[in-house]
Amino acid sequence: MKFGFSLNTSRTIDLDKLDKKKQESFTDDIPTFKRCFACGGCAATCSAQQHTDFNVLKCNLLFRRGEFETLEKELEKCMLCGKCTLVCPRNVNTRAMIIKMRRTLNTKTNL
Amino acid sequence: MNLDMYNPFVIPFAFGVVILFVNLAIAFVSWLYRLDKVQRRQIGKNIISFKTLAAIWEAIRECLFHRNIFKTNPILGYMHFSLAFGWLMLIVIGKVEAVAYEGQYFTNPWLAIFFRFFEDGRDYPYKEVLTFVMDFLLCFVLSGLLLAFIKRMYSKLLGMRKTTKHTPSDRVALISLWCIFPLRLLAESSTAAIEHNGGFLTQSLGNLLAFLPVEKFVTPLWWAYSIALCLFFVFMPFTRYMHIFTEVLLIFLRKWGVIESQKHTGYTDIEINSCSRCGICIDVCQLNTAAKINDVQSVYFIRDVRDLSLDRHIANNCLLCNRCVQACPVGIETTMIRQIYRYKQGNEDIPFYEYINTSKYTEGKNSAPILYFAGCMTHITPGIIDSMKNIFDKADDKYIFIDEDKNICCGRPLRQQGFLEQAEVLKEKLTSIIKDSGAEVLVTSCPICYNSFANEYNLDIKVLHHTQYIKELIDKGKLNLSKQDVKLVYHDPCEISRGNNIYEEPRIIINSIGNLHSTKNEKDDTLCCGGSLANIELNTEQAALITSQTLDVLTKPNPDFIITSCPLCKKTFTKNCSNNKILDISEIVSRNI
Repeated sequence: MKFGFSLNTSRTIDLDKLDKKKQESFTDDIPTFKRCFACGGCAATCSAQQHTDFNVLKCNLLFRRGEFETLEKELEKCMLCGKCTLVCPRNVNTRAMIIKMRRTLNTKTNL
Repeated sequence: MNLDMYNPFVIPFAFGVVILFVNLAIAFVSWLYRLDKVQRRQIGKNIISFKTLAAIWEAIRECLFHRNIFKTNPILGYMHFSLAFGWLMLIVIGKVEAVAYEGQYFTNPWLAIFFRFFEDGRDYPYKEVLTFVMDFLLCFVLSGLLLAFIKRMYSKLLGMRKTTKHTPSDRVALISLWCIFPLRLLAESSTAAIEHNGGFLTQSLGNLLAFLPVEKFVTPLWWAYSIALCLFFVFMPFTRYMHIFTEVLLIFLRKWGVIESQKHTGYTDIEINSCSRCGICIDVCQLNTAAKINDVQSVYFIRDVRDLSLDRHIANNCLLCNRCVQACPVGIETTMIRQIYRYKQGNEDIPFYEYINTSKYTEGKNSAPILYFAGCMTHITPGIIDSMKNIFDKADDKYIFIDEDKNICCGRPLRQQGFLEQAEVLKEKLTSIIKDSGAEVLVTSCPICYNSFANEYNLDIKVLHHTQYIKELIDKGKLNLSKQDVKLVYHDPCEISRGNNIYEEPRIIINSIGNLHSTKNEKDDTLCCGGSLANIELNTEQAALITSQTLDVLTKPNPDFIITSCPLCKKTFTKNCSNNKILDISEIVSRNI
């Protein structure tokens, strides 16, 4: 029988075991990353959000938690149109954040 | 070969020349070999045509006379002209002199270069004229050299706020180049002091030197001259001076219709090696003039690409506003090369944007001759959308609003960042939506989208930016605008002005609404609003500096309204401008119909 909802599978993220190097080099590159107060303005205006559950806030969270595999799949959805950056009340460079995340996670980056 | 006309000091020179031409041959062949199919086809199609003659003319005009630099600054132009044209003429007339002297066409190859040393005072045809001309040419080159020296010290005198910083190999080549002509003058003069065979310049200087023990240092001076030539020739292929030869090749390829591809080809290398590092792009770059960032400009970007030391921050720190491309005397498409290098920063090859369902965009909508694509940026400035809707209604034009649900991007922001495969996916999706709709005209409000649709998509329908569309409506008499007594200035957005030469349409529209006043930087000299999506390195404060520089220029005539035709420019200006004076062209049109 389908109830229309299901239970989440349980999982643990041990933040102490995280290799924080990626996040640290990233925050040096985009210092505005720290300013985000998760208001969700970016998500509200997002073009990709109209089709799918893509969300800049979620990317932010996944990156901080080091869930890079899930994050990579999320990042593919972004069309880089830049609306999120323009509406951000805290002037977080969200678009640069996505691009840098893509390049930080991409093993083929050679520059 | 006449071995009376030989001295060991010609060896360094000969060695240098051989090394130079071997290097050039290797480079040219490898670049041409790496051209892509489209580029080769272009060459094949146009090589035997009048385009070749046009290329020869342009090569003479640009590589010898440097007309474009003359336009930027006459003294700077003279400096380049005297060095390039003067040196070539020294070689040509030197050869003529050697031929006249020997009485046969085939002379020792070095004779023209070291002529005064070997000349023994005997008479030959036109001796006096040739001696005079050679001295005159040497004077001409030395005057250019003097200017080059002054430019290094006080660049402002030659119309440049900044000169380019050099790499060590550049410095060796530069110093040897600067030594060549003074050494030649000294060598010829000291020979003239002994042999009395000089002209007005060398003989006079020779007479002055005559009180010294000239015999002792005449051969060392010729050695030094030869070594300076050798050093310059050996280092040349690895320095900015490679542009001397590469630029000629570039001019020919460009005239034959070769253009920069989206990926790295031999043509990219030719463009990179054609950069003379003149530094004209530094002065026009707003990152330098407004934000005081002066190590990322095209000249440094290209230098780093050549030296294989490109830092990703430099590749990414650019507004892609094309001001440098406009100013470049060689016409290098530096912004395109940046995109190529951004692409090289890594690309994932996995399917993208599968979530976009192309059928839902036109579903349930009646067919109409016009498609309206507002674009992402327009969705954050809803006033423009409302105005466009009003204009469509007033003109009684039926239209389909494709991206009413703010849900698809044209792909240009991705392309600018080097995500080419991803942009291609969006392009295919949008092309199929546009084709399925059966419309005849695509109207867009965003210059970024316009640039994308007009130049990247191969659409078989007409693409119009809304300035062009409104202008057409006015021409057809579908819109009646009422002229008011307001003072207006217009800001040309980079993507449709320098990008697509749309200059007149917005001006005609604005003139039929109010009084358009000109500004200092307009048309192809327009400034970037600072909100460019192409730059992810700039922080908000730096971007604001650029915006305020542009706003300063625009508010100078003290207008009632600043009109632009780009939602991104409008948004950026509004963020940085306290009063509510910024309007999109569609908004002011909508208000006056």
